[in-house]
Amino acid sequence: MLNSESNNNEFNFAYLDEQTKRSIRRTLLKAVAIPGHQIPFSSREMPMSYGWGTGGIQVTASVIGKKDVLKVIDQGADDTTNAVNIRRFFEKVCQIKTTTKTTEATIIQTRHRIPEKPLQEGQIMVFQVPMPEPLYFLEPSRAETKKMHALEEYAPMYVKLYEDITKHGSIAISYDYPVMVHDRYLMKPSPIPRFDNPKINNSPALQLFGAGREKRIYAVPPYTKVKNLEFEDYPFEIEKWDKACDFCGSTESYLDEIVINNEGDRLWICSDTDYCEERQRQGTENREQSK
Amino acid sequence: MKPLLNVNQLSKIYGDIKACDRVSFNLYSGQVLGIVGESGSGKTTLLNAICGNLPVDCGEVTYTSSSGEIFEITTISEPKRRQLMRGEWGFVRQNSRDGLRMNVTAGANIGERLMDIGARNYGKIRSVASYWLRQVEIDTNRIDSLPKTFSGGMQQRLQLARILVTKPRLILMDEPTGGLDVSVQARLLDLIRSLVRKLNLSVILVTHDLGVVRLLSDRLLVMKNGEVVESGISDRVLDDPQHPYTQQLVSATLVP
Repeated sequence: MLNSESNNNEFNFAYLDEQTKRSIRRTLLKAVAIPGHQIPFSSREMPMSYGWGTGGIQVTASVIGKKDVLKVIDQGADDTTNAVNIRRFFEKVCQIKTTTKTTEATIIQTRHRIPEKPLQEGQIMVFQVPMPEPLYFLEPSRAETKKMHALEEYAPMYVKLYEDITKHGSIAISYDYPVMVHDRYLMKPSPIPRFDNPKINNSPALQLFGAGREKRIYAVPPYTKVKNLEFEDYPFEIEKWDKACDFCGSTESYLDEIVINNEGDRLWICSDTDYCEERQRQGTENREQSK
Repeated sequence: MKPLLNVNQLSKIYGDIKACDRVSFNLYSGQVLGIVGESGSGKTTLLNAICGNLPVDCGEVTYTSSSGEIFEITTISEPKRRQLMRGEWGFVRQNSRDGLRMNVTAGANIGERLMDIGARNYGKIRSVASYWLRQVEIDTNRIDSLPKTFSGGMQQRLQLARILVTKPRLILMDEPTGGLDVSVQARLLDLIRSLVRKLNLSVILVTHDLGVVRLLSDRLLVMKNGEVVESGISDRVLDDPQHPYTQQLVSATLVP
């Protein structure tokens, strides 16, 4: 094993050994070369169970360097268990700088959200993916779904949308909404709300997707066309709220509904904590300035 | 006239068993070809070999498409074959469970082949689906019902509608009336006969029911142990059978 970094603890830099990181980087290059196509990789055992973001962590560990600044979010928040633990994990095994600010981060690992603030060139989004295969629930055979991808046979996915409209009057997929990448591959964007889907399209950031349990990696390179599936007469729509965030007053962000007491009173607040906090800070400053 | 489909010396061998032994025939546009024979005589194997579902050991299947292009089905590329199968060809299965998606609605079953070839307008897909439901005599109110709530005869008719929606030229049918009671059979046969005439379909019809071929088919192949033992115009074969096996088959038919 190449122990290229001496960082005064028993772990290699970023936990994984150099050969493993190299092999994952090779997979990532392939994934970037074929946008939206799932590439198998030898997913390693990580010090946490599958389903807790092992795919995302392996991708992050393979691309992270000493000068990187890492942000980890879970459902948009920097302060939830999963996010805090993964951030601490990388602090421990990399001794790198971490942040909660979207603009400061060079790598953002995420579960279930894309930050509200537009991403920039040079940033890398790492998505944790539970089930990478969009056709899995329509066709359980992996051999068959591979064939369908190869031959671009995506009619069964449209059958699913047709059924949704027939049963519910609209397309009822609220998260993990399937997309066509670069007019070629059908892709699951991981369980982000469909509110975030337009952010994947033509994003200046590199977007990497890691599925640890399913052992697949796929990617959307910067400035790639990502189109949501839709019918001409039932176009794709994002969620809308007739409320504003109770903390920062934003009407443009993705809102979480939170029950705050036994009487059933609710708060509607931004799911992106960094975005919300910055808006609250700005609001206070503006009030102080106007005094 | 050029044949729509030319099958030449088609063979499929499983170990010592010859499932199809040097089968040859021509199928012309608008023609219904019946293939009869007892269970295990290689009828279904032949059908699967013709449409390329099954790799064959030797022989050729040549298809002339609507644009005049000539395809060799035994060596055709998989994407091209699938494109044919969901456009110009159709396959009606004996068991409708194999030909339909049982857990999606009738409308979606018919719409799938449309969406396969690029239809992306819900309203239009739906109106085409109800048109074809009417053509196969299913109440359009059932467009949002699941096929598993349909009777056996309705399921077979839905299979037909699902295939006809892309206006195919060649339909392969594997025992389309198997397992249906006699009155339902009669109505289905009637429907198939009128659709064949109206849409100028070419059909390869596999069955063990001589009544069905007498009613539907123009020409007939009689198979035994993978071999074609007799072929000719249906009425001739059935009224004046030459091969001992055909004679036995015809004389074994129950006459009410």
